[in-house]
Amino acid sequence: MDPTAPIVEARDLAHVYSAGTPFEHIAIEHINLSFRAGELVGLIGHTGSGKSTLIQHLNGLLKPTSGKILFQGEDIWKDKKFTQSVRGRVGLVFQYPEYQLFEETCWKDIAFGPKNQGISGDELDARVRRAAGFVGIDESLLEKSPFDLSGGQKRRVAIAGVIAMEPDVLILDEPTAGLDAAGRDSILENIRAYQQAQNAAVIMVSHSMEEVASLCTRLIVMNRGSVAMDGTPAEVFTRSVELAEMGLSVPQVTTVFRLLREQGMDLPADVYTVKYALRCLAAWKEGRSC
Amino acid sequence: MLKDITLGQFFPGKTIIHRLDPRTKILLMLIYFVTLFLAKNYFSYALVLSFLVGATLLGRIPFRAMTRGLKPMLIIIVFTGVLNLFYTRGGTLLLEWKFIHIYSEGLRTAFFMILRILMLVCGTFLLTYTTSPIALTDALEQLASPLKKLHVPVHEFSMMMCIALRFIPTLIEETDKIISAQKARGADFETGNLIRRAKALIPILVPLFFSAFRRADELATAMECRCYHGGEGRTSLKVLRYALRDYLALSVGLVLLVLVAILRHYGL
Repeated sequence: MDPTAPIVEARDLAHVYSAGTPFEHIAIEHINLSFRAGELVGLIGHTGSGKSTLIQHLNGLLKPTSGKILFQGEDIWKDKKFTQSVRGRVGLVFQYPEYQLFEETCWKDIAFGPKNQGISGDELDARVRRAAGFVGIDESLLEKSPFDLSGGQKRRVAIAGVIAMEPDVLILDEPTAGLDAAGRDSILENIRAYQQAQNAAVIMVSHSMEEVASLCTRLIVMNRGSVAMDGTPAEVFTRSVELAEMGLSVPQVTTVFRLLREQGMDLPADVYTVKYALRCLAAWKEGRSC
Repeated sequence: MLKDITLGQFFPGKTIIHRLDPRTKILLMLIYFVTLFLAKNYFSYALVLSFLVGATLLGRIPFRAMTRGLKPMLIIIVFTGVLNLFYTRGGTLLLEWKFIHIYSEGLRTAFFMILRILMLVCGTFLLTYTTSPIALTDALEQLASPLKKLHVPVHEFSMMMCIALRFIPTLIEETDKIISAQKARGADFETGNLIRRAKALIPILVPLFFSAFRRADELATAMECRCYHGGEGRTSLKVLRYALRDYLALSVGLVLLVLVAILRHYGL
């Protein structure tokens, strides 16, 4: 199979909630997107812009009102078995995933997904331990009840529950919401580690521009149910005026650099991570371009 | 989906029926129920029915909302109708086939029974469609307040009811979310035999109970933080007062009751 071929594609996707009632509401329309292996995509947008609706289509939880979702070129709704199997290949981690834990031990909870895929025995145990390793859950915790863990650890166990299915596409809906700075950084690092080890496509919904700027290789901006921008972080963050109109911001460091440029300093416009900003400032002090 | 449940749904509005004091509406519904059980013949049923239709029109409740709400009642209605039709004797024999006998009296009773159930249910719909759950619990607390003298914890009951009503949509939403999350992990709720399907519910029920307890705990803390200490000396944000329209509405209800009672007395 062609490695550059898209794994998941949305073709002219639209979804209407409560169609035919007074509460009818178009959540998304005219969505054309494709995702390839190895991509780390940030999905950003104002509340109600259709992000959650979109990601629930990619693994077949919601059925499109019109349009298609293709997994490796095949319509995921072509038959029931295929839809079910796609849910294992496109892993979706919901917001606050720790609220879906239910088993007596962490091991059993992480094993729930792969077990539903029909995996058992040593392979199952290996999968669970690998997934726990990716999210930094110690082996000694696997026999504990997930309800005895701290909030951050619960979140890791829940994410491991999806990673254990070893999906080709991993989608996370605000994986760092409500975590402290250290927890946030280490979960983002875990996600990147999984993406690199499996050469998976990762799609991450986030409200933090800093987060997507430091992690993602591609940004998709949703606005009022459609894709407003799709490009590298540098391309997206140079359009800060349009972003502001959609109720979105750019990373703080980008704003600082824009203000500095307005003061007449000769600095690049595509600064969106602190690391790059530091390098640019050092270069500027020495009087060369970065 | 789960969120399409309409039972007891409130349609906000500003009609005279909406503006009636919720206590009046509850009392009127009780009067309506008594009247409905007193009604014996076509004429008195027609009177009660016109009362119901009039109130529905005044409240601008779409008839479709009524009929949609009646759908889950269909089995009970059909069952009652069939039972009454076959088991009531009297009048002339209309049909005889093997063990089935249908008498004219059976037909009449079945018709009235079905009508009575339909009208009972529609009456309660009229109340819940035009009264917000909060107003209803307020009114119930007020109406039941004489029971406080007998040390019945009326306020606590109504507070519990209020909280329960408030959390129904929240828990429905939560259930939807948990179902989606477990489906994303490959859970299958639709295939397999009964035991398999019952087992498939565990991944939904455990997180649901857990979150319900968590919410209850948080709510209790939040209430204590605001010095909630029960009903003693507590005042209402909205003080219920009877207005002219309430006395008018109650009089209409009483007139209806008396009329039907008189009709019944004369065997009409």
